[in-house]
Amino acid sequence: MFRTALRNLLAHKTRLMMTALAVLLGTAFVSGTLVFSDSVNSAYRNKMAKSLDDVAVSVTAGRSALKEKDALDSRVVESVRALPGVAAVRPSVSGTVMVADKENNPAGSEWGSFGANFVPGVNGKDSRYPIVKGRGPAAEGEIVLDAKTAAKTGAKVGDTVRLAVDGPVMTKKLVGIAETDDPKVSAGGSLALFDTATAQKLLGTPGQFSELIVAAKPGTDQQKLTAKVRETLPKDAFRTQSGKELAAEESKMIDKQTSSIRNTFLAFAGIALFVGVFIIANTFTMLIAQRSREIALLRAVGASRRQVVRSVLIEAGLLGLVASAVGFVLGLGVATGLRAVLNSAGASLPDGPLVIEPVSVLLALGVGVVVTVLAAWLPSRKAAKIAPVEALAAAEQPPAPRGLLLRNSFGAVLTAAGVAIMLYVTTLKDSGGLEIAMAGAALTMAGVIVLAPLLSRPFVHLFAKATGRLTGVSGKLAKENALRNPRRTAATASALMIGLSLITGLTVVAVSADQGVAKMGQQDLTADYKVTSANFGGLSTDIAKTLAKEPGVTAVVPLRSAGFQSSNDPALAYAADVASLGKVADIRFVSGSPADVRKGTVAVSDQYARERGLKVGSTLPMDFYDGEKATPKVAAIYAKNDVVSAVLATPSLVDPHLEKVRDDEVLVKAAPGKAGELRAKIKETLGGNPLIKVQSQEDLRRSEAGNIDDILFLMYGLLGMAVVIAVVGVVNTLAMSVFERTREIGMLRAIGLARTGVKQMVRLESVMIAMFGAVLGVGVGIFLAWSGGHLVRSSFPQYEMVVPWARIAVFLLIALAVGVLAAVWPARRAAKLNMLESIGAQ
Amino acid sequence: MSHAAAFPTTPVGTSGPAVAARATGLSKVYGQGDTRVTALDSVSVEFRRAEFTAIMGPSGSGKSTLMHCMAGLDTISSGSTQIGDVELGSLGDRQLTRLRRDRIGFIFQAFNLLPTLTALENITLPMDIAGRKPDQQWLEMVVGTVGLSGRLSHRPSQLSGGQQQRVAVARALTAKPEIIFADEPTGNLDSRSGAELLGFLRESVQALQQTIVMVTHDPVAASYADRVIFLADGRIVDEMREPTADAVLDRMKRFDAKGRTS
Repeated sequence: MFRTALRNLLAHKTRLMMTALAVLLGTAFVSGTLVFSDSVNSAYRNKMAKSLDDVAVSVTAGRSALKEKDALDSRVVESVRALPGVAAVRPSVSGTVMVADKENNPAGSEWGSFGANFVPGVNGKDSRYPIVKGRGPAAEGEIVLDAKTAAKTGAKVGDTVRLAVDGPVMTKKLVGIAETDDPKVSAGGSLALFDTATAQKLLGTPGQFSELIVAAKPGTDQQKLTAKVRETLPKDAFRTQSGKELAAEESKMIDKQTSSIRNTFLAFAGIALFVGVFIIANTFTMLIAQRSREIALLRAVGASRRQVVRSVLIEAGLLGLVASAVGFVLGLGVATGLRAVLNSAGASLPDGPLVIEPVSVLLALGVGVVVTVLAAWLPSRKAAKIAPVEALAAAEQPPAPRGLLLRNSFGAVLTAAGVAIMLYVTTLKDSGGLEIAMAGAALTMAGVIVLAPLLSRPFVHLFAKATGRLTGVSGKLAKENALRNPRRTAATASALMIGLSLITGLTVVAVSADQGVAKMGQQDLTADYKVTSANFGGLSTDIAKTLAKEPGVTAVVPLRSAGFQSSNDPALAYAADVASLGKVADIRFVSGSPADVRKGTVAVSDQYARERGLKVGSTLPMDFYDGEKATPKVAAIYAKNDVVSAVLATPSLVDPHLEKVRDDEVLVKAAPGKAGELRAKIKETLGGNPLIKVQSQEDLRRSEAGNIDDILFLMYGLLGMAVVIAVVGVVNTLAMSVFERTREIGMLRAIGLARTGVKQMVRLESVMIAMFGAVLGVGVGIFLAWSGGHLVRSSFPQYEMVVPWARIAVFLLIALAVGVLAAVWPARRAAKLNMLESIGAQ
Repeated sequence: MSHAAAFPTTPVGTSGPAVAARATGLSKVYGQGDTRVTALDSVSVEFRRAEFTAIMGPSGSGKSTLMHCMAGLDTISSGSTQIGDVELGSLGDRQLTRLRRDRIGFIFQAFNLLPTLTALENITLPMDIAGRKPDQQWLEMVVGTVGLSGRLSHRPSQLSGGQQQRVAVARALTAKPEIIFADEPTGNLDSRSGAELLGFLRESVQALQQTIVMVTHDPVAASYADRVIFLADGRIVDEMREPTADAVLDRMKRFDAKGRTS
């Protein structure tokens, strides 16, 4: 039986190629993902090991560092340095520092820009930050940058650099360029180095450090040293960790990050493989149908059913093995490409060799073989059912059409269950129903796939009717061919449907969210610019005052907020000059007026009022986070908006509860026609501070929407794989159909159908299958987006479903093109068939 | 045959030349060098209008090749073939396809019909391909004659072998071609269905002046023809008019004997 399987495999090389391609692409995706994540993981680890290999013990300041006795100061440094086994102690200070680039924007990412102190050893060098140009910082006015950041600022050694820590912009002289392997910098951040005193002044408290890094003498046990340090220092004041503990902690984080990328990609690889299952099952069904006489002969000469099944499964297994082996090699290319693509998208992944774990090889091969064998399992059962007597049948009889009743009933139940779950999801109030929604979506899709043969009939009829005039007899023949085997047509179309329903669903949700974000930006905010701090630390109140003096400005409204709880329900109370707020935001008062918000009163949004049962005149008990309480009266109620969410009050109510009185944001309204030039002026007025972000409404919209678009296009790329496999499936089905109908095609040619007519017939069948899959996919996708969208809506009220018909029309056009393209090769083959040989073909 | 009365008296093609198809010095060679096989060796033959000709010969005599070449299904190596006054050698694939569609009818041994189409759709298929409307009266007459009236909406799989072949005959007749080529049309039928089918062919020649060329190896089938042409080794070796099954059988036996002695 093994030999039979092998022979069959070799005999149908070209026909199995398409099937192999489906497996191959799927396994390439799987192995590419695995190798990629292993490689990135190991690159990160190498990097981390390098930056941690001189750390034996790390001591960081605890939460109570403000108290004098717990300060991490030079006394602590000395006491640690005195311990036996300690080779060196490196006291360091670090904090957020934004360096300005040429346009006065932050040179590094908002999350990765930091400053630290330069700690020269006896030789004047800092082993952590080797200076590659110039010298280390030694005075208050001096700074050293990493090479990448220095390039972005355009400054050379000797030039001045502009930077900000949390307040006004300052300038320092660039005295050197340092090298660093800090992961934050390689991931897009920036590094600024100061001498220790300056760093303490800027980033911490004079005389205090944020971390001590202890290097051990050779031969000293790290754990014992750590325990000793822990004993020496006051309990609970500091966090003491060994280098190994730090490494373990960091590698856990790295694993978490890479595994989330890996799982996302594997999910898409899974979709691609799932689509592949349809194609493999289709191919084996067709192969077995073609071979039924051969199989009957085997049975007649004494092969058991089980042997027949085994022969088919061995054939599938061999095919899967070969395809996944090739797929694995292709996967190495995918892994390399993936890193390049993500890096060019700004991911800053560290470099390193490809890491091929044995488990990746096994997994890729295993998945390929298992998927192929599983997909061939049902067809193999059919092979087993072939009766020996069929070998003796005089003429090939078309198989008796098997009833679809059972299948249709099962499909109807599945679909109904899926739809019911999705309808239930639309009634959910919070976003907790994600798992339910995913289960419902999977059920709905599975149900539609099972029902697809039933649905194919009306669709193909309708399509043929709509195009009948144009396509003539070729169209009619194509229609009959598409209807001849509804299971096959459905399976082929389903492969395309899966990809397209996911693409459509994601597109609808993303476009709707995009519009929601756009609405959010435009709906309530009428200011031209929103000024915020890039490090989320708030803005000095001087900024609003400065801006108010700017010519061309009609209104400047600073907003601050303080968190509070009312009966344990947390909310934000905004403080603003209520009278002028109306000039920068569209806030509609439902009852009361802005003037009613005075000392001791607040305005609340209608939604908050509803939730808490508040009316004008009722009292709102507020427990602020500093422990103080307030009981203002509700004087007005406004329509819910995105500028001031729950409670609007005067600064006199909010300010006393803030640790530091700083503005969250400053809203600026320009004089008519002045908005365009105001941005540069605001920047200039504020001293070109890289910390200060000035965003127009368009920027705000884009900063949110840009993300959505990026993710959407990444999804398109990943789901594109599933579509490619589906296209392979269409080609496969058509090639098989042409092969099966060789004699018919010969006869058609003999009685006068031109080559172009034959081509047209194959092409139209292809287009019908592709369009059927596409229409099903788009339909299911829109339904799932509509129902699932309710989950988005519960946490994002501006979300309203928008169906991007233009884009969906593009999808359908692509499906049409897919149909035409998939038919190119099979149609050419059909047209080239030798008439006489075809008529005589068995 | 009781069906004869149903045929109208208007013949198919009374105008035009008396010869429906002609081959002159027709040769067909397959392969090259050592594998060179001469299937037809300078064959010249005419098929007259309204005549039923049977081509006979042992296996490998070239009878099917002759039919394929004359019907424009296969290319020729030298010589010329004509349908009516059209020289086939001068036609490209597209023109040949049109010629087959508009002027030639085919009946094959088996697997002649599209399983997806009903009997009626199969019958009108050549006209559908040409984009022509079938002559309704003629269609009904042909269908009635071959006895398919009640089965027009059936698919081939619901018809017996004889019925399927009658659909094929109706398909060939309905388009009113100048000549019908039939390749072993009774090969897959039992003797009763075969006799019935040959009766239809015979009558279509007599009553409708249809021209039919039939390849067969069955002397009984050949006896329905007006004329039998015997082929051996790619050459026409004999011809018989008004054949009977016995006479044809005798002639064929001589081939066998010759084959054995030489």
